[in-house]
Amino acid sequence: MALSGIQIYKMLPRTNCRDCGFPTCLAFAMKLAAKQIELSACPHVSDESKAQLAESAAPPVRLVTLKSNGYEVKAGNEVVLSRHEKTFCHKPGLFIRVKDDETAADIKAKLAPAEAYHVDYVGLDLSLDGFAVESVTGDASAFATAVKAVGEVSQRPLILMSGDPAVIAAGLEAANNETPLIHAADVDNWEAMARLAKQYKAALVVNGRSLDELADLTEKIKGAGVEDMALNPLGDNLSQRLALSTQIRRLALKKNFRALGYPLFVAPANGEDAAYQSILAAQGIAKYGGFVVIDTFTPELAYPLLVLRQNIYTDPQKPIQVQPGLYEINDPTPDSPVLVTTNFSITYFSVANEVDGSGLPAWLLVAEAEGMSVLTAWAAGKFDAERIAKDVKRFNVADQVSHKRIVLPGHTAVLSGELEEELPDWEIKVGPREAVDLPAFMKQVLA
Amino acid sequence: MPVEIPKDKWPGEVRVVTIGATSADGGTRTSTVTVGGERALPFMHFEAEMPHKPMIALEIKDRKPTDWSQLLLDEWGEAMNTPGTWAKAAETAGADLLQLSLSLTDAEGNPNTPEKAVTAVQSVLNSSGLPLMVFGPGQADADNELLVPVAEAAKGERIVLGVCEDKNYRTIVAAAMANGHLVNARTPMDVNLAKQLNILISDMNMPLDRVIMDPTTGALGYGIEYGYSAMERLRLAALQGDAMTQLPMMVTPGFEAWKTKESKVGDDVPAEWGDWLERAINWETLTAVTLLESGADILALRHPESVRRVRMAIDELTAVSREP
Ligand code: B12
Ligand code: SF4
Repeated sequence: MALSGIQIYKMLPRTNCRDCGFPTCLAFAMKLAAKQIELSACPHVSDESKAQLAESAAPPVRLVTLKSNGYEVKAGNEVVLSRHEKTFCHKPGLFIRVKDDETAADIKAKLAPAEAYHVDYVGLDLSLDGFAVESVTGDASAFATAVKAVGEVSQRPLILMSGDPAVIAAGLEAANNETPLIHAADVDNWEAMARLAKQYKAALVVNGRSLDELADLTEKIKGAGVEDMALNPLGDNLSQRLALSTQIRRLALKKNFRALGYPLFVAPANGEDAAYQSILAAQGIAKYGGFVVIDTFTPELAYPLLVLRQNIYTDPQKPIQVQPGLYEINDPTPDSPVLVTTNFSITYFSVANEVDGSGLPAWLLVAEAEGMSVLTAWAAGKFDAERIAKDVKRFNVADQVSHKRIVLPGHTAVLSGELEEELPDWEIKVGPREAVDLPAFMKQVLA
Repeated sequence: MPVEIPKDKWPGEVRVVTIGATSADGGTRTSTVTVGGERALPFMHFEAEMPHKPMIALEIKDRKPTDWSQLLLDEWGEAMNTPGTWAKAAETAGADLLQLSLSLTDAEGNPNTPEKAVTAVQSVLNSSGLPLMVFGPGQADADNELLVPVAEAAKGERIVLGVCEDKNYRTIVAAAMANGHLVNARTPMDVNLAKQLNILISDMNMPLDRVIMDPTTGALGYGIEYGYSAMERLRLAALQGDAMTQLPMMVTPGFEAWKTKESKVGDDVPAEWGDWLERAINWETLTAVTLLESGADILALRHPESVRRVRMAIDELTAVSREP
């Protein structure tokens, strides 16, 4: 919890020496509490106070960054429990797990499509974040070979998974990451794991069956000099995982409980099927996960998980929008049709992708509708005849085309009468309701 | 280090609502569905027992739909030809209750009629013992015209009538009151609109333990985040003691997800979307389980495999095996 000005004041020298540029230590303390100045502006604070103040200024959930060859995965720094209070900050990293009992060639073949995977969602280029390598053989050299194989396919951040510090050490040696994530420290091995994390500047996942156990371990590991940790509360089922994750987030945010102020790690246990894993990963994304692992890469699961993550982590106050304007699709000519839609990203891309994919040229007038979908904007009075007519003029649509015909979304057929009045010399056509049906409509009705 | 687990203590509680009536209560259902009663956020069993599990409805129609994805047509096959066989198949597929959606027109494009709607409802009631929700086509006038006779024909069965919205709530609520049914109160993803409609319904003297609210949702990728947050906020308001939000919530992830191109269409889609069937199931399932965790009490789905997966999630989320 942030300290108040008075609490900070008590930690200052209270000499009012003015070296900080403020008339009194209290004035300086107030500025500091308001985060309008840095502590370093006072040259006289004691080391003890410095440490205390730095501690209180730290975010309630530590920001943990995995780094590798220009790739970064950040988790933590979250400040709310519900996304309607404020946007969640750092999207959880999504990792695909491989095991070291496979040959290097098999591992590479399995990972290559996941590594290459990119998918477009409303103009955003989404991809996975990295890979987890798990030791199932218990053999250090097999693990190192697997880690190397992954490194030959991917430069992305890695999670190294084994309970045996000797195996992890071999993996760290083989990995070409600046900051990998080690999984995991527990009551038995934490000292050795902490040593490795420190030596290799890795972050460390901490396994614990209970909050007591987790908090104990993080304090000890922190004492051993490791700051970057992630918590893996071992729940038996979705219900326990949800309860533990919620309790951890609450303790961090509401009680500023430092020992549990770390991002969460979510991975399926061995043998859980793909359907179960999809549900577990979805829970991790919605409910506070920082690093989320699944075993199988398939585009049909990666895509919905990436979209879910995008949705949960968008700013609830402002919809993703595109710039209003007249968009050209497939090199339209003056004969090409004019279609009108709103500037809500999802709406724009539903329509633009459909027309684009059909290969048919068109002018797409994206009207200013404050980033709302067609029906939402219509119901809110942000997509009416007057506004459409205004944007037809504002974006000089008539200068681009040799005809005067404009196509409305089918859901807003009711607007056609009013639009005829607003644009008296234009022909108003009503298109299909769903964008999927646009290409057929363009071929049959507009051709 | 002993950590004190922070427990929220809430003054409010969600109402308990029962759908369907067995012969003991003057109906013919072989089972009933009871939802609600939460005294904590979803699945926070360490704070308060969750007395009733969330329930899964399967959506069926009064005739074979023309605008459903081919995947659903393939899955249900012949059963879709008559509402009674479809109902039976949905029961076999593991639904807790049924949502029968009435079509706006018949196969020839003529407007649906009260007689046909009543026949469809009766055939469903005769073929399956599950509790039933009957939804109009979603246009206020048509809903009124079809649902009033349906309510009369199903008197005593404690069915849910939907969609009850600001434009038609008077007629639908009156029909429900006269025939001992429930209503599904739908508003577009907004806490205040939901409250307002519940107030209007309650002002007609409809007992609130016969109201389910439907805060509307969008599918994954198409506005789920709005539905998710609206539900979280509604549930928080209910727990904080706001009586007009203390109703179980129903949402329609099946309807929403199967509308999206990702589920509906198999050809000419980006290769990055992967296998069509599995993608469609993931789309429906992930939409549903995400809404489950924001407070849904009833989830209406369309595909049997999604039912199986969402059931797995519900069973795990309601399992209380060990004090964390
Ligand atoms: C998400 C959502 C919201 C979000 C807003 C999201 C946003 N940025 O727009 C929020 C929660 C903020 C919201 C608010 C409201 N909403 Co709203 N909302 C929805 C919801 C769930 C999904 C809309 C969506 O994103 N669809 C996806 C996009 C891609 O669809 P689309 O824009 O229509 O585009 C498709 C087609 O139209 C077509 N298309 C698009 N452009 C073109 C162009 C051409 C030429 C053609 C041929 C086709 C075409 O292609 C697209 C894909 O097929 C719908 C219900 C539902 N499940 O559909 C209600 C819905 C649209 N909302 C509704 C209402 C009433 C409202 C409010 C007015 C409620 C209120 N009184 O406050 C407010 C208005 C906002 C305000 N005052 O600021 C109603 C509209 C009712 C009506 N028929 O008039 C709906 C239908 C819900 C309902 N059944 O009551 N809403
Ligand atoms: S420099 Fe430090 S000691 Fe001097 S007035 Fe400012 S806060 Fe006080």
